[in-house]
Parts: sequence; structure tokens; C-alpha cells
Amino acid sequence: MGAQLRELRARVKATKSIGKITKAMELIATSRIAKAQARVQASRPYSEEITKVLSELATAAANLDNPLLTERENPHRAAVLVVTSDKGLCGGYNANVLRATEELLSLLREQGKEPVVYVIGGKGLNYYKFRGRELAGSWTGFSDQPHYVNASEAGNTMVSLFLAGADDNRVPTHHPEPKGAGSEAAGADGVLGVDELHIVYTEFRSMLSQVPMAKRIAPLEVEYVEAEATPGVPELRSMYDFEPNAEQLLGALLPKYINTRIFAALLDAAASELAARRTAMKAASDNANELVNTLTREMNQARQAQITQEISEIVGGADALAAAGSDE
Amino acid sequence: MAEMTVELVAVERRLWSGKATFVVAQTAEGEIGILPGHEPVLGQLVEGGVVSITTTEGEHVGAAVHGGFLSVTADTVSVLAESAELGEEVDVEKAKKEFAQGDEDERARAGARLRAAGQSA
Repeated sequence: MGAQLRELRARVKATKSIGKITKAMELIATSRIAKAQARVQASRPYSEEITKVLSELATAAANLDNPLLTERENPHRAAVLVVTSDKGLCGGYNANVLRATEELLSLLREQGKEPVVYVIGGKGLNYYKFRGRELAGSWTGFSDQPHYVNASEAGNTMVSLFLAGADDNRVPTHHPEPKGAGSEAAGADGVLGVDELHIVYTEFRSMLSQVPMAKRIAPLEVEYVEAEATPGVPELRSMYDFEPNAEQLLGALLPKYINTRIFAALLDAAASELAARRTAMKAASDNANELVNTLTREMNQARQAQITQEISEIVGGADALAAAGSDE
Repeated sequence: MAEMTVELVAVERRLWSGKATFVVAQTAEGEIGILPGHEPVLGQLVEGGVVSITTTEGEHVGAAVHGGFLSVTADTVSVLAESAELGEEVDVEKAKKEFAQGDEDERARAGARLRAAGQSA
């Protein structure tokens, strides 16, 4: 009896301290979500401006055969960037991203493209390492507070791989792409590039809903929007002056645009990670509280039972003594 | 007095926005000065360049801009930068040290930061 009481007391104590830790993690995650969302907001002006500049530029540029805008015929390799978290304790966050990735990979394989996987975040890295899968590259250590340098590092690696893939294993006359001085990194030098870039990350919808998303970031899809031609008003767009020329500017801007897209995905993923952690830790704290209540009740019952037993033992003993005394 | 809206945005945040009367920047083809009513221009800025803005109050705002673009439309000027730092935020001591010791790339960046802060590089 006493042993059971002691055991219950120890369990209540352990559960309470676990509950404190999860509660603290919940509060930390909550305060960081606000910061992460503020960073998403802060990055918005740039992405709006760069989108505006790009569409102006694309309208004015005489030809849009920049490699980042051109669909390759029979693409056979596709790079996939998976955004996971560095730390666990965030519920199904990583599992959901990795499941979406597996779906994308099998889809790519069905289409006859060989996937090349890049990973951001320690959890994803461990997942692929443990399964002995081949990774083309990984970056870790910034999943909850990504900076632009992190995005541009990943982006530059993938974009140069994409540009290198332009003439791999192809008929030489296939795609005479006009490229600058940096074009020697192609099939001729043995660099095996890729033909498509994809990113899998978690989109932040609300505090309670984060959805894994797979998107293609290159080649970019060009949307042709009909210009609203107002009669009498001269077309303003073509009056732009470009320094250097429009094609070169487009070539310089597009990789930065892709980096911006990756950065936006990282920021969204960071907010999602924190929201997922908050939800998971809230559930854990609630469970701990409930468990403490149940255990305390059990403990009180055990103590009550012990007292009752002791009383009945004393009463029984006294009765026995009294009975023995009256006999003599 | 004629004025224009100027937006100076880096990837992670908006650095400065407001009304100005004069903007100077260095594009890949040379230095460009923009007064209100300038013809529309899109330009790539040089690495480690300085953008300086004269506000309508006559104040001077300098910023070191890396990996940037300049877009001038009828009444707005936008400067887009991968990373940028306002002159008043520059840690002069640190920039001087980087300028003295860094490699070529670091030197260019540190030099731009010093110039934005009003120091001679």
C-alpha cells in the first residue's frame, strides 16, 4: 500500500515537470510565431517590387528565351529541395513534408525524370541518411530563423545546376541557348545538371492549419497577360531605358527572383514549424495536466484506503483485546 | 517643388521609403542621377555601390547596396537590393577592419558601407 502511494507520488511529480517543459516550449513557440510572421510581412515589399520589375522587363524584352523561362524538351533530371525543421517536437510537421516529397518523387519517376534531392533542416537530413538514400546536398542550422543568405546559398547551387543541365546528354543542335560567359559549366565539362527545380515546403495557412506544398520554381511559367490598350494613351511600357540591355538584365534578375521565391518558402516554413510546435506542445501540456489530475485522484484514493485500513486494523485490534479481557 | 516617391527595399525588410528630390546610384553602365520626371529606367546596380537620396526636407540618406536593381517609373524610384545597409546603421569600426583585412569581395562591400556612412574608403 505504502509502496503504491510512493510510486504514484513520483509519477505525479515527473508528469508535472514534463508538463512545465512542454508549457514553456508552447509559450516560446507562440512568441516566435509573431516574429516569424512579421518577417514574412517584412519580406513582402521586395517580392512585390521584384515581381513588378520582372513583368515590366518581360514585357519589354524582345525575346524570352532565357534558359530559366524555357521548358526543356524531354527533361530527364529534376532537383527537389525539401524544407524540413532542424528540431523535432513539432507533431506531424516533418512527416507531412516528407510524405509530400515522396509523392512528388514517385510522380517525377513516373514521368521518367530522375530526382536529385537537396535537403534543408536536420530532420530531413536524418530521414534520408537513416534510409541510406543518396542526397545531392544539405543545409542545416537555420530552419526556425532563415536569412536571405541561406536561401541564396541553396538557390545559387540549384540555379547553377539548372543552367549546367541545359545541354547534358543531348543532341548538340538541340537548344542553341544564348548564354553569357558563365556557360562553360555544361555537358561538355561533365557537370551533370538538372532540367527542373522543385521545392517542397509547408505553407502557413493559419495557426491551426499548415499544408505541405510542392511547387516547381524553374523553369518559370510565363503568363501572358493582355495589355489593356486605352485608346489615345501611348504605350508607356516600351519607353523604358535599360542599363545594361533588357536580355542581360533578365538574366541577372531571374536567379534573384528564384532566390526570393526560395526565401519566401523558407520563411513560410519557419512560421509553419513554430505553429506546428505550438499545437503539438499545447496538446502535450493538456495531456500532462489531465494525467496529473487522474494520478492525483488515484493517489488520494490509495491514501484514503490506507487510512481506512489502518483504522479498521486498530478497531479490530482493540475489539480483540477487549474480547480477550472480558473472557478472563 | 517637384518630388518623387522613393522605396529602398532589401530582401528581409524595407529600409527607407519617402519623398525625395534627388537620387544618385551607380548602375553597371555608370553613375546615374535621377531628378523628378526622369525617363523610366531599369538598371542593374554595381556590387558594393552606394545609393544616396536627398529628401524633400533637404536631408541626405546614404545606403550601401549589394546585388541591387534600380527601377524608375513616372513618379517612383525603387531600389531593390539583396542586402543593404543605411549609412547611419553602419558599424564604422567593423567596416574599416573588414576593409583593411578582407578579401576582394569583402573590401568592396566594406568600402561601400564606409562611403555610405560618409567616411572615405
